[in-house]
Amino acid sequence: MSARSSYLPSGRYVPVLATLALLAVMYGAGALRYEAFGDGQVILNVFVDNAFLLVVAVGMTFVILTGGIDLSVGSVVALTTMLSASLLKDQAWPPYAVLPLVLLLGALLGLGMGCVIHYFEIQPFIVTLAGMFLARGLCYTISTASIPIDDPFWRSMADSKVRLAGYFVSPSVLVALVVVLVAAYVLGYTRLGRNVYAIGGSPGSALLMGLPVARTRIAVYTISGFCSALGGVLLSFYMLSGYGLHAVGMELDAIAAVVIGGTLLTGGSGYLVGTVLGVMVLGVIQTIITFDGTLSSWWTKIVIGVLLFVFIVLQRLIAARGTRSAPAAPESAPLTLTAPPAR
Amino acid sequence: MSRETDAVRDERVVADGESDLVAPRGAGRMRGLARHRLLWPVLVLVLLLLSNLIFTPGFFEIEVRQGHLYGSVVDIVRFGAPLILVALGMTLVIATGGIDLSVGSIVAICGAMACLRISDLGDQNEVTGVLAAIGLALALSLVLGLWNGALIAGVGVQPIIATLILMVAGRGLAQLITGGQIITINSSPYKLIGAGYWLTLPFSILVALAVTALAVLLTRRTALGLLIEAVGGNAEASRLAGIRSRRIMLMAYVFCGFCAGVAGLMISSNVSSADGNNAGLWIELDAILAVVIGGTPLAGGRFSIGGTVIGALIIQALSTTIYTIGVPPETTLLFKAVVVTVVCLVQSPAFRARVFRRRAPRPLPVAEKPKAEVAR
Amino acid sequence: MADPRPILTMTGISKDFPGVRALADVGFRLFPGEVHALMGENGAGKSTLIKVLTGVYDVDQGEIALDGEPVRFSGPLQARQAGVSTVYQEVNLCANLSVAENILIGREPRRFGAIRWAALRRRAAELLRRLQLDIDVTAPLGTCSIAVQQMVAIARAIDVSAKVLILDEPTSSLDAGEVGQLFQVIKRLKDEGIAILFVTHFLDQVYEVSDRVTVLRNGRLVGEYLTRDLSQIDLVGKMIGKELQVLEHLDEERAPAAPEPVVEARALGRRGAVAPFDLTVRRGEVVGLAGLLGSGRTEVARLLFGADRADHGRILLDGVPVSLRTPRAAMGRGLAFCSENRRTEGLVEELTVRENIILALQAVRGWARPIPRRRQEELVGRYIQALRITPADPGLPVRALSGGNQQKVLLARWLITEPRLLILDEPTRGIDVGAKAEIQRLVVSLSKDGMGVLFISAELEEVLRLSHRIAVLRDRRMVAQMVNEGVDADRVMRVIASGESS
Repeated sequence: MSARSSYLPSGRYVPVLATLALLAVMYGAGALRYEAFGDGQVILNVFVDNAFLLVVAVGMTFVILTGGIDLSVGSVVALTTMLSASLLKDQAWPPYAVLPLVLLLGALLGLGMGCVIHYFEIQPFIVTLAGMFLARGLCYTISTASIPIDDPFWRSMADSKVRLAGYFVSPSVLVALVVVLVAAYVLGYTRLGRNVYAIGGSPGSALLMGLPVARTRIAVYTISGFCSALGGVLLSFYMLSGYGLHAVGMELDAIAAVVIGGTLLTGGSGYLVGTVLGVMVLGVIQTIITFDGTLSSWWTKIVIGVLLFVFIVLQRLIAARGTRSAPAAPESAPLTLTAPPAR
Repeated sequence: MSRETDAVRDERVVADGESDLVAPRGAGRMRGLARHRLLWPVLVLVLLLLSNLIFTPGFFEIEVRQGHLYGSVVDIVRFGAPLILVALGMTLVIATGGIDLSVGSIVAICGAMACLRISDLGDQNEVTGVLAAIGLALALSLVLGLWNGALIAGVGVQPIIATLILMVAGRGLAQLITGGQIITINSSPYKLIGAGYWLTLPFSILVALAVTALAVLLTRRTALGLLIEAVGGNAEASRLAGIRSRRIMLMAYVFCGFCAGVAGLMISSNVSSADGNNAGLWIELDAILAVVIGGTPLAGGRFSIGGTVIGALIIQALSTTIYTIGVPPETTLLFKAVVVTVVCLVQSPAFRARVFRRRAPRPLPVAEKPKAEVAR
Repeated sequence: MADPRPILTMTGISKDFPGVRALADVGFRLFPGEVHALMGENGAGKSTLIKVLTGVYDVDQGEIALDGEPVRFSGPLQARQAGVSTVYQEVNLCANLSVAENILIGREPRRFGAIRWAALRRRAAELLRRLQLDIDVTAPLGTCSIAVQQMVAIARAIDVSAKVLILDEPTSSLDAGEVGQLFQVIKRLKDEGIAILFVTHFLDQVYEVSDRVTVLRNGRLVGEYLTRDLSQIDLVGKMIGKELQVLEHLDEERAPAAPEPVVEARALGRRGAVAPFDLTVRRGEVVGLAGLLGSGRTEVARLLFGADRADHGRILLDGVPVSLRTPRAAMGRGLAFCSENRRTEGLVEELTVRENIILALQAVRGWARPIPRRRQEELVGRYIQALRITPADPGLPVRALSGGNQQKVLLARWLITEPRLLILDEPTRGIDVGAKAEIQRLVVSLSKDGMGVLFISAELEEVLRLSHRIAVLRDRRMVAQMVNEGVDADRVMRVIASGESS
């Protein structure tokens, strides 16, 4: 891509490459150990089982890239499943009315939190914590029990399989992939995306450079809210029910996926492809544990914790190296002045 | 005892001093009272308790049955004890400018460890064995606090991120200890901690009192409180004044781990079982909420242990109230959302500036900053 | 040389902050194709003037005209759109983005909303070529040296049809070679007819690059001069000036210093902060550090106190080499350092006067040995009285006090640790005349009692009045040390201006 390409990977790709290597090693180890693991369908199943998490993690990536955090995503997912189920079953609304409504609601919740964060200068952590309580609380005002969904559209989304070359995925995976592609385009090729990186790099500078900090910051929380709602819709396809206890702790999974995908929690650095890899790492851990049968489910959490630790310390080391070299080493990128043109 | 009153007087003096600057109008003593920083939390708590009278006429009745104290108000304190404990530790951590998300996991781990050891005992009522189990669990909580502190003060990871690691992995560890099962025990000495009575009082209240006293002692009898407030208020100035801020932060996280450990014992003892998955779930959020309601700003600096205790009681009273008036208990979350929002908005300088700007121009530039809330 | 019509004129500018008049009837003009240096010491009003110009602050009084049209900008963004761009001392760019993005973010070339990366890189490279710079525009800015970052900031600033370019201390973190490169860029821009407002503390640079100088002092205009007509010594004289208010005479004469040294620095230095220097402070001696802002005064103090780590030389205490790697270690050896930044490096604003005063002493004792309340009150009461801190209420939050009283609180904090060497960095800045005289008197009496004092001040008169010896710094180098006998302000100014000890 660069005008003067070099053979060494640029420093900013190191975390993503590390995640890719980790994923390859985990998959390789799984394939060696369990015969059926090598089947390509296993990888596709990782996507089938985690499509909703992928969508949520995409929204989280936007937020974390600006240096913020969104704790409300799991609750918004739950609220979406609950509201969809309730509208479909109790109010007998048609799907084409329910879908836009729940997506809009998610985006609105995000918008509201974004406005409070930006205009009242309250930490994202605490605002989205309130949002988390609010969304879960709203779930229980609808019902404290699980509501099954038997809408034909929902059923068809749950049951149908998209086949390609002997393998299959669910429609939700396709939705998730579209979301990933759109998000990657937005981050890489639009002003909004670049402003997200700029704000994450230095909010003060972004303001002084005349970038629309307010609009961008509110936009990322809106995007995260929308992605959570969409993730909730996908989860309701997967579960065919709405329940206030769905997606408890999903915010942690989403944050973990983003961090393991190499995005700096302090903002400004990371790629969407890393997030996809991060979600896959989480999915493969679960798959290995399911395949093994003797390993217990809680090892998932412990392994995720260890990975978080490794990646966070890695980030810390990279950051420390960066700050040390920047002011003290002018030789790192020599300034080359071309000779003034002869006149 | 004089130290306690000193601390209290300190708070009043600060409040008085500020009121002179913030509100030049108004009359003497009322003004001082209105500006006392515990006023609002106390008022909310009292209102909450009074509102219960509407639904439960005998709400404030307290009786002694078989030498044990009973009553709705006693229950609020009793059930609120674990939250008080966790919130106490959280107060010190937040005062240093940090946060600890892992307390819920520590609660689960310590409860699990204690129950596991007790379930291994030949005689579960053997006091020394139970004490050893408690000791081991508390030692574990100190180690976990140390781990958080080392990551934050030693490696220099942001607190919210560093404690996220243990928050995620800790649940797994707790389940690892319990083997994924709910360990049920039948040990009367252990049951004392969470559900027993001593001198007519519920033992858990006594434990909460003791740890509160410990916290007050630790921070106001020694200079730890001052140093914590200095580090949280202005880290660079503290460094130049010769404060070893890393050590101070480490101690705050260790104390926070310890408090969570005690809470873990209490919660598991109350139900005589350890559930790695659900014990102390979301208690970190309630604790942070209690601290903020109690008037300690999230940005660090000045902290109020009394405020935190009241904050925790408000949250527990809220849950109890909702339970007694027959609304589904899960909707407590809605109320919490409202409370968090209101408290944070009121604390936010930007919000005050936007909302109150039109009402009255500020008399003095000093008044620009609300109480004890200077971000570093 | 310059167009007779100024591109920018500011007339009768006044700006008040609560309690302070930051600018009083200041005028300023800028011609196209010239480099105009804005000079002045701390608090002279340079940055306020720039902020008023770019709309960061509202103007209380006065007119600003750009190209003959009266203007009033709502902020830096609007100023930039009108052709007035600013490049700050700290590079205000995003280190995580590429060089090309930093130059063009916010106005990237697009097609159907999509950024055209190839075109973006091409345009960025073109702009840099206009400055005769050849940099890999795809490299993340953070991997570039500060000098390159500074150039990138300039490239960003001149992309829009810039008429006026404000460079606010752009050279303070550059080394000599980098400054040379920056000046080439400045000269090239000047040739293109851009008017450049240049703020710096380095005298040599003023003479190397500027055509015209405006000097401010205490928020007032001293004058506008052609650089070639103004000698260095005159410039320093105009910047430092003579103390306007005649302070009451210090009734106590300086006592002679004892011969035994308290602290000796031997070739102590730190790259990028201050070149290795030797300095000795004896018992009962006041050593003054003179020099302009940014000359390395503060850096000397921080190295001695261990606030920054020295990478060269060593420190001897009572003739014994010691390691002072942290402030705490220095305090353990009887050193005390009162920083020039009261708010960010001194006070803990939400704590009370009492707590702020005992903080350092308590830090030395450790958390487990609290100072008994009775002793606290006694100590604090004594110093509140001795330093005449008003209001004399130890329970007041310290941010409610005036600047002078806050400074006294900090002094008290260090005095109760009973240091052997007290380092005071600009202790009298920004405080009223009465408090100033009190602090000066205090310094004299402390040295009489045998304390060594290192006294840093931008005001030469003050340094001369208090010090036994004076060390002069210039451009991050200690250029002279002289015994304060028969030394007058002119001589010190000459040293500051020329860098040669006479």
